Amino acid sequence: MELFKYTAGQLHEKLVTKEISAVELTKAVLARVDAVEKDVKAYITQTREGALAQAQAVDDKIGRGERISVLAGIPGALKDNICTKGTKTTCASKILANFVPPYDATVAEKLAAEDAVVIGKANMDEFAMGGSTENSGFFPTHNPWNLETVPGGSSGGSAAAVAAGQAIWALGSDTGGSIRQPAAYCGVVGLKPTYGRVSRYGLVAYASSLDQIGSITRDVTDSAHVMNAISGYDAKDSTSINVGVPDYTKSLVNNIKGLKIGLPKEYFVAGMDTEVERAINKAIEQLVALGAEYKEISMPHTEYALSAYYMIAPAEASSNLARYDGVSFGHRVEGTDIIDMYKKTRSEAFGAEVKRRIMLGTYALSSGYYDAYYLKALKVRTLVKQDFDKAFEQVDVLITPTAPTTAFKLGEKTNDPLAMYLQDVCTIPVNLSGMPAISIPCGFAGGMPIGMQIIGKTLGEETIIRAAYTFEQNNDYHKGFATLGEV
Amino acid sequence: MDYEIVIGLEIHTELKTNSKIFCGCSTKFGSDQNTNVCPVCLGLPGVLPVINEKVVEFAIRAGVALNCEILPFSKFDRKNYYYPDLPKNFQTSQYDLPIAVNGHLDIEVNGETKRIGITRIHMEEDAGKLVHSGATINSSDYALVDYNRTGVPLLEIVSEPDLRSAEEAKAYLEKVKAILEYLDVSDCKMEEGSLRCDANISLRPRGQTTLGTKAEIKNLNSFRSVQRGLEYEVARQEDLLDDGGRVIQETRTWDENKGVTASMRNKEQAHDYRYLPEPDLVPIVVDPARVAEIRANLPELPNVRKQRLMDVHGLSEYDASIITASKAMADYFDQSLEYNADAKVVANWLMGEVSKHLNNEGITILECPVTPKQLTGLIALIDKGTISNKIAKTVFEEMWTSRKDAEVVVKEKGLVQISDTSEIVAIVDGVIAANPQSVADFKAGKEKAIGFLVGQIMKQTKGRANPDMVNTLLREKL
Repeated sequence: MELFKYTAGQLHEKLVTKEISAVELTKAVLARVDAVEKDVKAYITQTREGALAQAQAVDDKIGRGERISVLAGIPGALKDNICTKGTKTTCASKILANFVPPYDATVAEKLAAEDAVVIGKANMDEFAMGGSTENSGFFPTHNPWNLETVPGGSSGGSAAAVAAGQAIWALGSDTGGSIRQPAAYCGVVGLKPTYGRVSRYGLVAYASSLDQIGSITRDVTDSAHVMNAISGYDAKDSTSINVGVPDYTKSLVNNIKGLKIGLPKEYFVAGMDTEVERAINKAIEQLVALGAEYKEISMPHTEYALSAYYMIAPAEASSNLARYDGVSFGHRVEGTDIIDMYKKTRSEAFGAEVKRRIMLGTYALSSGYYDAYYLKALKVRTLVKQDFDKAFEQVDVLITPTAPTTAFKLGEKTNDPLAMYLQDVCTIPVNLSGMPAISIPCGFAGGMPIGMQIIGKTLGEETIIRAAYTFEQNNDYHKGFATLGEV
Repeated sequence: MDYEIVIGLEIHTELKTNSKIFCGCSTKFGSDQNTNVCPVCLGLPGVLPVINEKVVEFAIRAGVALNCEILPFSKFDRKNYYYPDLPKNFQTSQYDLPIAVNGHLDIEVNGETKRIGITRIHMEEDAGKLVHSGATINSSDYALVDYNRTGVPLLEIVSEPDLRSAEEAKAYLEKVKAILEYLDVSDCKMEEGSLRCDANISLRPRGQTTLGTKAEIKNLNSFRSVQRGLEYEVARQEDLLDDGGRVIQETRTWDENKGVTASMRNKEQAHDYRYLPEPDLVPIVVDPARVAEIRANLPELPNVRKQRLMDVHGLSEYDASIITASKAMADYFDQSLEYNADAKVVANWLMGEVSKHLNNEGITILECPVTPKQLTGLIALIDKGTISNKIAKTVFEEMWTSRKDAEVVVKEKGLVQISDTSEIVAIVDGVIAANPQSVADFKAGKEKAIGFLVGQIMKQTKGRANPDMVNTLLREKL
């Protein structure tokens, strides 16, 4: 089997037993990038030289007989909204097309401390706004399982890279489903941790109260490895949680006897693909057969979550994105005066979806509308969170589809923003609650992967990892590899 | 018509923390442009603020000293507006839940005490500074931005509309400034912009209870500006109303050079700040025990110190209030007393020669070239009779420029008082001999003539003769 098809856990074994070298591995993945990137288009920036230098450093450590961490020498990708010192960080926006941060995001520092190899910055929907990566200001990414379909979004580049063997692991960010939905569409594992579990310092903000960095990997084991590397309190992020980080690999236990699983009936919405629904029901049956206790749950405020999200997230975005004004960094279009410069810069360099959300958010916060929109949305958010709190009084995890359908065709929903937004209907409530969730492959429909979402209570990552690992160990869905048109 | 003036002040004061409110950058004034900056205060993509705990402490200290209630739960909000000196295009401030509310401050105007309500005190970050290429904003081709000040912590202290004259406004501002200085939370240097003031002002026919339409006056950045700007605005609104016009709700700016206020923007052009809770900071939860501790450790405030100066050192209320109006002056006073000088004498020097010299040079007592120890040294020479009060002023003048001790100046300049009787007798005899007419006039009852003779003697001794001895000896001889 080609090296790029292995998981980080497997490759680590090969490195420490000196079966392969880190440089060899990085070259293999870069060769894979050379072979398929023209079709997938997962990367905005490749950092080949740096990656090879990092790999060499790991080989030197192995040569000296030093112990290396699990991610050491394993090539991965960072979503291009995670700041990397000296390497362009564009957020897939023309307004930051040439922006080179003078500092590293905390997660980038942590990964560097683990000697993980970064081979590039992955494509995304501009400023993480979108669910298909078609909103990239540069080019769309294609789903490795079917190049005519989208990889999902906004972390579409990260998910596609991992699915196509162009990265062994990747980091994404998830504001309303941006890790889980592309993971589902691309047949990989995506974990959105509890809000505050992973530092946001250096993650370019879209909606600060919802954004969370997480992992996209080939299997649940690698999720645990990446989570071990990136989790933890950070004094630079006031919203990060100051609670010790467990060793998530301890949760890689193939046993869910007595685990109480809940199925919220409100998540089986109109417009849900029957095959997706069937796959989830089958998964539930299987989990019950493996010893879980099943219970149907009601979460009555679910239907309002999407609307609340599209008030809160754009409101925060309208403020977060105000700094892109052409004054001291990023793209600038000269104008007759400062206001003219602002207008021209922002009109030219922001894409349509970003503008739409800035306008929505500006409106929602305007005097006279604040109470009716923004404040109301905050109240709905509280109710949605209470739904989760009540549900978790009865069960240990909740299980839902990750998205109502499998990946759709490129261009299919670009003119219908509401249809696009509906793809996040199962993931958005989780962000409003701040709780952790993982999407794992649970079947195929028409050759395209289906994702199952397992939601846990606040800081309940260990439980969802155990449930996901058990399901994965009893199935083969994660072992399939995207064909990319190859036979 | 007879109008009642209604004024409320918004005072912005920079807190004297070592680092900025949300990052570790220095707050030092006068550094090279854009040297006290980092990704956080430059608002680069991806950065997050972290509250400087010292800012919260200073805010609580100010809140307690201004008799406010400290809210156990307060939060930061974003105030959104576009301006090139504001890198994020929003200012992180506090909106509906400020750190302190419902306070008051007693001020004295024309011998009467009046209580001024304090609506709120909140924490916020300062913006950067625009440096225009030309002399004025309109004659400039471009502007450059200095972000050193971006993120310097500010307190905004908002008063109730309880002030009834420009004079009261000035007295209130002076009192607030003194308290902030005593609390050691701000340097309050208006000339460096570390204390700034905006005013809301309206008029209403005396007896009317509803408020008139107000104008907000910005750029009142010195005590003089506050008084002049408000007096101008009162007159402007009065004329307007007397002529049957209406005051429009607007923001006006005070032009110190022209001595007028001019419209900046009206109500329609007013910013909609689109406040939202700052999602990158967690709410500030203040334990009542922390407030109690800060209250217990509050430094001596102006009123208490004034009372001490009266009770312990026997100063008059007038002298004590002048000395304590500035913490630095009061500190100078206290330090002088450590060298066993007489309190009243020190107070007179501070209110007299020292203040005169400070005012002439436009500096504060902190920059006074004569130290408390040196001043008491000078006073000691007077007490010992080494120099006269009059000579002392000359000596002080010399100390001011040379920074030398009084004894050194007296020695170098030969200013020691002549108290040797024989030496003075000789000079007195000489003057009597040389001025027979004046002697005759005096003997004829013209008391004034003796003044002339004393003057002649002092002239010959270059003022060094002991004046008491001169008088006594002269009268004896005549």
